[in-house]
Amino acid sequence: MKPLRSSRSRRVVGAAAVVCALLATGACGGGSDEESGSGAGFNAAMKGVANKSSKKGGTLKFVNKQDFDSLDPQRQYYGFAWDFSRFYARQLITYAPKPGNASNELVPDLATSTAKISNGGKTYKYTLRDGITWEDGSAITSKDIKYGIERIWAKDVVSGGPSYLRQALDPKGEYPGPYKDKSKDKLGLKAIETPDDKTIVFNLANPNGDFEQMLAMPTGSPVKASKDTGAKYTNRPFSSGPYKFTSYSPGKSAALVRNPKWDRKSDPIRAALPDKVTVTFNSNLEVIDKGLIKGDYDVFLSATGMTQSGRTTALKQHKGNVDNIETSFVRYVDMATKVKPFDNIHCRKAVIYGADYKQLQTTRGGPQAGGEIAPNMLPKSIKGADNYDPYGILKRGGKPDPAKAKDELKQCGKPGGFSANIVARNDQPNEVEAAEALQESLSKVGIKLEVEPIEGASSASITGSPSVMKKRNYGLSMTGWGPDFPTGQGFSQPLIDGRFIEQTGNYNVSETNDPEINKFFDEALKETDPAQAGEIYKQMNHKVTDLAVQMPFLYEKNITWRSSRLTNAYTAAAYNGRYDYVSLGVK
Amino acid sequence: MAVREPPPGGARTAAGPRTVLAYVIRRLFAVVMMLLVVTLTTFAIFFVIPKWAGSDPALLFVGKQADPEAIEGIRKKLELGDPLLLQFWHFVEGLFVGRDYANGSDVTHCPAPCFGYSFRTEQAVWPQLTDAMPVTLSLAAGACLLWVVGGVATGVVSALRRGTLWDRSAMTVALAGVSLPIYFTGLLSLAIFSYQLKWVDVDYKGLGDNPGMWFESLILPWITLAFLYAAMYARLTRATMLEIMGEDYIRTARAKGLRERVVIGRHAMRSTWTPILTLLGLDLGALLGGAVLTETTYNLPGLGRLAVNAISDKDLPVILGVTLIAALCIVVANLVVDLLYAVIDPRVRLG
Repeated sequence: MKPLRSSRSRRVVGAAAVVCALLATGACGGGSDEESGSGAGFNAAMKGVANKSSKKGGTLKFVNKQDFDSLDPQRQYYGFAWDFSRFYARQLITYAPKPGNASNELVPDLATSTAKISNGGKTYKYTLRDGITWEDGSAITSKDIKYGIERIWAKDVVSGGPSYLRQALDPKGEYPGPYKDKSKDKLGLKAIETPDDKTIVFNLANPNGDFEQMLAMPTGSPVKASKDTGAKYTNRPFSSGPYKFTSYSPGKSAALVRNPKWDRKSDPIRAALPDKVTVTFNSNLEVIDKGLIKGDYDVFLSATGMTQSGRTTALKQHKGNVDNIETSFVRYVDMATKVKPFDNIHCRKAVIYGADYKQLQTTRGGPQAGGEIAPNMLPKSIKGADNYDPYGILKRGGKPDPAKAKDELKQCGKPGGFSANIVARNDQPNEVEAAEALQESLSKVGIKLEVEPIEGASSASITGSPSVMKKRNYGLSMTGWGPDFPTGQGFSQPLIDGRFIEQTGNYNVSETNDPEINKFFDEALKETDPAQAGEIYKQMNHKVTDLAVQMPFLYEKNITWRSSRLTNAYTAAAYNGRYDYVSLGVK
Repeated sequence: MAVREPPPGGARTAAGPRTVLAYVIRRLFAVVMMLLVVTLTTFAIFFVIPKWAGSDPALLFVGKQADPEAIEGIRKKLELGDPLLLQFWHFVEGLFVGRDYANGSDVTHCPAPCFGYSFRTEQAVWPQLTDAMPVTLSLAAGACLLWVVGGVATGVVSALRRGTLWDRSAMTVALAGVSLPIYFTGLLSLAIFSYQLKWVDVDYKGLGDNPGMWFESLILPWITLAFLYAAMYARLTRATMLEIMGEDYIRTARAKGLRERVVIGRHAMRSTWTPILTLLGLDLGALLGGAVLTETTYNLPGLGRLAVNAISDKDLPVILGVTLIAALCIVVANLVVDLLYAVIDPRVRLG
């Protein structure tokens, strides 16, 4: 920073002093001290475990803007709701309670070990632990797990959650779901066998090396049939975990207390340190940040980053309470290959060369609050990710390459450029702004973009509908994506496998249907060794990048608050960079 | 703002009990009709216009995994396939006798008064409204008390000491009060008194749960909201009072030797109350429907915040419910004001 002229700087200091006096507080103290405040240190939960402790007791206080999409484990699809559900719902297997990428390892939860796989990767068998109980003290049986999973088939009642298990076990959709099940115990799904209360066997239609990832999602949680209230289960899920609900008022608050029937010896995953867990919802992000800084709350549940003013204060005065987390989210632009001129690879490459990645990064908040410039789609936490950069984006420091862009335009047969429409969701922060930034940089090479804002809720019927995209001539779509589970399949398959193109709710917006790419997925799915599968996903990712059907530009990062009283805090790749919530405690 | 003048009354015609009753019945009928129209309009806005625009309300509730079966299930439960008038009739029917939302074996009963059922939260709307109402009521009542007392007193004193330093400074402050939006004064008050000085905890607690904390959590919102309104009332009171003090009957009252306290308190104030009451009725009615900005700023779980959340979640049944309650409050407040005219000013005929 250039030194200010003395008269001006004196005036500035004077003004600052007046403001300080007016506010009559210590807020103006502190200053630039890197590790000021009582926090465990900047990025302490990124480097390892911040405030390691096994002290029990106290209340862990979450705050959030957005309400849960559902508390019903089979209906949740918000990432933060999945993470939170682990307080009251267990699965056969789950992610290891370890920091960073180590969290991606799958470890047994209700089961005694990971699956015994046989029958060419089509049969998965588990034995349940002893001492696993519901909140009423009754034992959790293999039948409860089967019943819980069966609920995903009742799509019209238990709607909203992911359908991976349904596709893996019953791709033709023959089972009607437990509510229309004619069998007496409502356990008619043939693909799951429960020979006794301690054993559960899954028979897959086709081998899928990520099947255990799917079982680790909340959709794999048990539900006790006698406690199932159908669509209303979301209001009071019956707990299989260390906490149970005492209250939930949508949009206001939720509170959980210890589930005394939960046996610590039966659960090697959950530290369950606090006596109570609360969530307060507040629609004002500025107020949320103030509450966090003041110490009213410990964690911002959705971990989507602080507001600009919040993060300025946090970084200046309480840097020790801040983690700069990596979210596993990628910000990117889809290029619809069925909409002209994006059917031509050179026109697509012209967009990539003409884009100013640096400007896009700034629009989204810069390197700390926005993220790192992305040369390809796969985020770093996923096996197979590398720095593959055929377009030299990193080499140029994210700056555009107008000469190459013009050359590609020539090869595309549009030497003077072209016009196109870009869709952006107007209720997603900074998405329209990013589209406008792209519009500005592309205009310099002759590509004229028209920004078309849409509502996020209607995206399933706009960007999710290939016919609408074509009819309205929407060639580009500004969007973001995070993995449902941390593998190449979980991240990339819905986006790029040609067999996943749907007529509504489509996520393969580019409509890529490349036999080679599809084959990579088939091969990777047959692999049960994650490292081997990772190798295949690497090749797949290179091929996708070469096809230039998506223009990734940012691996998302953000500024997250960690309260001073928080113990055992570490960010976990398995939870999109959020803290592992069930490990947290309070001082 | 239009201030309703009392209709020019001729001779003192005392309204007999029968006339009053007939009047009340007529007005109540108008209230019901008004509410029906509001309901129908709101209903049309939420369920017909999206149809024209080509979007499907069922898609709003289905979440990220938009399976056709899931969408169909919601359509069935919401009865979106039925003609609008039939849907409307079922809604009105539900208000009085309750209704069932059925999709095969999945039946959700919504007891009367059924204001609809939120498929976003799987909860009936009416309990959400009754949950939020006491918060809004607490806020409105407290703020109203403050602003009427503060505003009217300031206005009266200003009018009586017209042109003095007191008058000028009071009116300047009032102007500031009218001009400053609540999301400015509200956030400023929070920043100073809650976050910096830590004098008050603004986390809302129910009056029944903890009266002390209820008071503490509401004191800032009351003052901030009252500041906004008191300003308007002070200016209105001052203007009315000045006008009335020039009236003949005030001069007469003074001429016959009444004490100034009686002249002002009994004669002048009585007339001053009429426009104030009109405004109060409208304001209170609107506030009871939810003080959107105040409740959002202070995170008070009242009707206003419920409405904001419902709008951002596109939770149509809840939006419809809040709209109806807000309309009801305004219409009823208007009715009460009209009836009160007769009490304050016997010249007003109930015609």
